[in-house]
Amino acid sequence: MEFEPKLVGFLCKWCSSAGADLAGVSRREYPPNLIPVTVNCSGRVEASEVMRAFRDGADGVLISGCHPGDCHYTSGNYKAGRRVALLKHTLDEFGMNPDRVRLVWISATEGDEFARVVREFTEEIRALGPGPYSNAKERR
Amino acid sequence: MGGSQRIGVFICHCGENIAGTVDVSLLAERSIEFDDVAFSTDYEYMCSDPGQNKIKEAITEEELNGVVVAACSPSMHEETFRNTVEEVGLNRYRCEIANIREQCSWVHPKYGDRATDKALKIIKGTVEKVKRNEPMEPVEREHADRCLVIGGGIAGIQAALDVAEAGFAVTLVEKEPTIGGHMAQLSETFPTLDCSQCILTPKMVEVNQHPNIDLLTYSEVKNVSGYVGNYSVRIEKKPTYVDPDACNLCGDCEDVCPVNVPDEFDQGLSSRKAINIPFAQAVPSSYTLDEEACLGLNPLRCSECAEVCDADAIDFDQASEFLEKDFGAIIVATGYELYPKKKMGEYGYGNFEDVIDGLQFERLLSATGPTSGTIKRPSDGKVPENVVFIQCSGSRDPENHNSYCSKICCMYTAKHAKLYKESVPEGNAYVFYIDIRAGGKDYEEFIQEVREEDRVLYLKGKVSKLKKVDGGLKVWGVDEIAGEKVEIDADLVVLAQSIIPSEGAETVGKRFNLNLDQNGFYKEAHPKLRPVESLAGGVFFAGAGQGPKDIPDTVAQGSGAAAKAVDLLSKPTLTHDPQVVSVDEERCSGCGICVSQCPYDALEINSRGVAEVNEILCEGCGTCSSGCPANALTLKNLTNEQVTEVINAYLGG
Amino acid sequence: MDRVLIAMPKKEDKRKLAAYWASSCGGCDVGLLGLHERLLELIDFASIVFWPAATDFKYEDLRSYGDGEIDVTFFNGGIRTSENAEMAELLRRKSEVLVAYGSCAHLGGIPGLANLSERGTLFDTVYRENPTTKNPANTVPKQVSEGKFGELELPGVNEKVGALSDIVPVDYSVPGCPPPPEITEDFLDLLLENDLPETGSVIAGGKTVCDECDREWNQEAIEELKPPGDVNIDPDECLLDQGIICLGPATRSGCDASCPSVNRPCRGCFGPPEGVEDQGAEMLNSLASILQIGEEGTGLEQERELLGALPDPLGTFYSFALPVSIFGGRVEDGGTNEHE
Repeated sequence: MEFEPKLVGFLCKWCSSAGADLAGVSRREYPPNLIPVTVNCSGRVEASEVMRAFRDGADGVLISGCHPGDCHYTSGNYKAGRRVALLKHTLDEFGMNPDRVRLVWISATEGDEFARVVREFTEEIRALGPGPYSNAKERR
Repeated sequence: MGGSQRIGVFICHCGENIAGTVDVSLLAERSIEFDDVAFSTDYEYMCSDPGQNKIKEAITEEELNGVVVAACSPSMHEETFRNTVEEVGLNRYRCEIANIREQCSWVHPKYGDRATDKALKIIKGTVEKVKRNEPMEPVEREHADRCLVIGGGIAGIQAALDVAEAGFAVTLVEKEPTIGGHMAQLSETFPTLDCSQCILTPKMVEVNQHPNIDLLTYSEVKNVSGYVGNYSVRIEKKPTYVDPDACNLCGDCEDVCPVNVPDEFDQGLSSRKAINIPFAQAVPSSYTLDEEACLGLNPLRCSECAEVCDADAIDFDQASEFLEKDFGAIIVATGYELYPKKKMGEYGYGNFEDVIDGLQFERLLSATGPTSGTIKRPSDGKVPENVVFIQCSGSRDPENHNSYCSKICCMYTAKHAKLYKESVPEGNAYVFYIDIRAGGKDYEEFIQEVREEDRVLYLKGKVSKLKKVDGGLKVWGVDEIAGEKVEIDADLVVLAQSIIPSEGAETVGKRFNLNLDQNGFYKEAHPKLRPVESLAGGVFFAGAGQGPKDIPDTVAQGSGAAAKAVDLLSKPTLTHDPQVVSVDEERCSGCGICVSQCPYDALEINSRGVAEVNEILCEGCGTCSSGCPANALTLKNLTNEQVTEVINAYLGG
Repeated sequence: MDRVLIAMPKKEDKRKLAAYWASSCGGCDVGLLGLHERLLELIDFASIVFWPAATDFKYEDLRSYGDGEIDVTFFNGGIRTSENAEMAELLRRKSEVLVAYGSCAHLGGIPGLANLSERGTLFDTVYRENPTTKNPANTVPKQVSEGKFGELELPGVNEKVGALSDIVPVDYSVPGCPPPPEITEDFLDLLLENDLPETGSVIAGGKTVCDECDREWNQEAIEELKPPGDVNIDPDECLLDQGIICLGPATRSGCDASCPSVNRPCRGCFGPPEGVEDQGAEMLNSLASILQIGEEGTGLEQERELLGALPDPLGTFYSFALPVSIFGGRVEDGGTNEHE
């Protein structure tokens, strides 16, 4: 049976979650592997929450916010960008493939892009295999 | 949360939109098995009246203390369902929406069980979230009743009039001795060629006479404290040394004053005395003695003006007055300046007398200007036969000057060329342009008229250099369409200098904690949808201070900003979304890391040495709470625990 | 030799005290001595019934005591070997109050960084690949082996280093590497006055080192990061503000900011503040939040490059508390791991 990655997506309410809604309105299909957690701002996401998601069995974590310069709260996405950069570097040192965490910018008008990113991310993580704490039996 | 949780889960079919893909009755069956779920049901259209009634009945009969509605996106009906639950006494923040349509059924039509499975997980996660939601009440605050308008150009004037007409008290602060701004310097306005002062001065007079407007000219904002709805502002009213009520504009003082300085109103093309009136229709209607130009404000040095003043209006002992006032709303309309010619190395560093900018040309055109409306060259007073107009001077040039387009230059250059040709029909007018931007009403038609009927020669290309030669200037440019280099012997060159924010804008910005964009213009809250609001609550923008714009857009913004101000001022109290950050003082060490992350300045370290949140300023982004290294800050109803439990619900099983 | 007569209370009235070093550097036993003359009060209060670093009691003696007979045991060192784990369990049974003394027992400590490698890799590195080790037989430590005197059984090396609380419930933790004298004294006072807080407590502050640090920060972003040796350190300005990574904001208070007060950045030996699970995650998150190159939003590329190239983030942020962090150590995945 094919490995179905379990993906958690942190979507900012004002841009990315609205973009995801637009993908729905436009009926852009994508696989159901990613389950969204809506946050007010991508700046609300912190490293420990991403790590805990992996520890609790996630195979990949997507964080999506407004484009630089467009953050509804001015600068939360800049913080997200920096935190994810250092987090990925640290995850790499921990022995995790840092590509399991992905930061993207998706605006409220980018429904197509949201669907594309989810499809792409799902396949990328499928290729990487189960995450470090996955209870999927299959290992790379 | 104390007490037992009794959550109700209401699953909407949304006709076939959800039910067509996802097994809604299975969702209802399985939801009730979740911990703390006391009730679940499904229905065709939850948002309909019967649907909402089901929710209300269930809350009452089953004594539910939390509700999850699994339906369309919260952007559609979160308000609806929150209002519904409030009607039967449940706090609205104990109701959450699980998006199983836009983010599930609509995007997974072919995934069968997996779509249902995902919907169930989303519901489970939402149950875990709502269980931990605190009930909240909107935060209410009183606010001050006055509006402050900073800047007395056309933007500030329009805004002040609109707010005053709506019945609110306005204080209009202008740093020059008169209101009117740059519009007062213009000769005619495009595309109608209205006489600028003719359409402006009635509004200026209205401002002065309006019972609700307190006009403070020759004044500046010195200090600001407080926050949205309650700004405490200190204003300095500088001494003019002339009593405006006594001055009768006879001008005798001006005649005897021994000092000559360049006249700012004429953009340096003429000179004025130390005691002067900027222009005849100045408001307030009074002379002003310029302290810096004056020989000494001291009868021992000179008191010529005071001696001849029959009205006894001159008083060397006037001093600055300081006023402290509270304002509920602020409108910032500080306007623009022109990018200095001295930065244009390619055009002579501002050293060539006959290379002037657009405002200077306006003064030459103006009947009240230094040449009484005859276009004459500054160097020798001759009427120029060959005038070269250079658009985009300092604009659209990221490597050397400003990268942006100044928006109005194409139109005013065309106007200048047209007025020149009307004044000197045998003269030649050349316009060097990169593009023609004529987006407003009748603008494109105006440009075509200038090109076709006024026979102004438009050359698409840049001017690489100007050189001063005997009797004139050599202009080297390019005609891209012909593919040739062009050399013109010009008598006069007019540069359409880039629009930049006026000098005091940055200071005003700092006082009110306003963000500036990379070009120094005020940054609006959202470039598309909130163009007149700043991110700081209660502060609004109008006019070129927020970005280059023409008079119609400026006036529109003035009215827009006024509407926002009136919106605020007309509310009995200000309410604010209660989803803000709270501080656990026992965990907070006052390190200040949170303070540096807040874009709203909503955090400070207080006298107890711990972080304190201003609940009116906090917009609830949560950046500070996630950035706190001690987990001392929490965003209400989006806590670490909630995020972890939601994710656990998704990943478990 | 001078003889000092001290009036000693009768042995039957005295409590019983034990101390033990598991995977330890020995510094915490010295740390206990930091009580200085107050050591005499401790000795007044209790007789030592087991302390390998200082006395000659044997394991048999320990096993002979009744359950809960020892009133208080100071356990320092992390759990690396099966012996450490065995002793943890034994001492837990025999002690009324079990104290995790020092960073290693409290959090796993610096030895916890070994969790970044597989046990087999550690052995290979030390015994087989080290250029100056003579190991012609290419052996690695075995738990059971044939020796000169017959079969020899040694403690096994566990897969991972753990904190004391990973093995047994811990009553109190006294943090620090080693715990500063003041902290040890605080615990001594609580013990002597029989005023111990609720079990599970950490005997230190409830806030972060910043609470006790006198340095000033203007609460603006920091622009660069420098190694401490490269900076002429201003004694009054916040170290982070000077570009030096200091873990003070993410470290439990109680040490009076002793390192920052002598121009050294805090390394986090007291572990995470109250209510924080993963000290390293909090610190890296906050550091990234306040780093900003140029006007916000203009230096995104450079910021990411700088953070992505930070040398040794694990050694920096997880020096003391890796075993109790969210991951606890190396994770099994397809990523690069320089520690292999």
